[in-house]
Amino acid sequence: MAEYEFETEGVKKTFTFMNRKAPYGTVYALEVLETVLISAAFEQHANIVFADDGVYQLKAGHDTTGIGMKNFSPTFGIIEMEKEDADEDEDIDMVWRIIVEKESMEARGLTADDFKVEVEVLSAAELADIVDASDCVISG
Amino acid sequence: MKFGILINEGPFTHQASDTAYHFTKAALEKGHDVPRVFFYYDGVNNANKLSEPQADDRNLVKLWGQLAAEKNVDLVVCVAAGMRRGIKDENLADGFRISGLGQLVEAGMGCDRLMMFGD
Repeated sequence: MAEYEFETEGVKKTFTFMNRKAPYGTVYALEVLETVLISAAFEQHANIVFADDGVYQLKAGHDTTGIGMKNFSPTFGIIEMEKEDADEDEDIDMVWRIIVEKESMEARGLTADDFKVEVEVLSAAELADIVDASDCVISG
Repeated sequence: MKFGILINEGPFTHQASDTAYHFTKAALEKGHDVPRVFFYYDGVNNANKLSEPQADDRNLVKLWGQLAAEKNVDLVVCVAAGMRRGIKDENLADGFRISGLGQLVEAGMGCDRLMMFGD
């Protein structure tokens, strides 16, 4: 067991978190949010992207009583708060973007007004540029 | 090049951990560095020492442990994902340690590439 020490002092990278799965069918959606929140502690830039069935994660008004699952959608409120803090506080060098892929949203009959938090709606082509410009892509 | 590895699936249902193992081994043999492998989601099951595959099958739990010992690779199991799935110190296989998600973010920050293996 070799515990490795990384040199992270002053390192600033852009993480893209790609959320592509429906919120409750698998655990990916819930657990990736934990990584998103931890990255804030390291003041890293983050694109939190929702595409494919992942767009349903952001839909307002989740009610999970019928399926007996934990409703984790309040976590998006925390993510939005972290983003607002980063946007408003000049001492925090961290840019967070919450992005929904336009094609996925439209294919599912949703609009930006259906979401629990404020989002940027970008086309798949624009999103490709964002992924290309990222240092780390983590999908969930 | 310095690679960080993220494994999101367990050792049997998916190919992810096998592929990650072969990638890690090949990268090390080519002279690259793989300082840390992080196990998340069902990937934490790769660290279960109670796992007993049939004798004629590969045993990824052991293979990871051997690689860690030979090549000094830091195998980190996510504490929160592990607790949900019953991976704790009591049944943690040799070569692995349990820590937080910060260790994944640090691997992303400190490596040239973070390679994710999963669905």
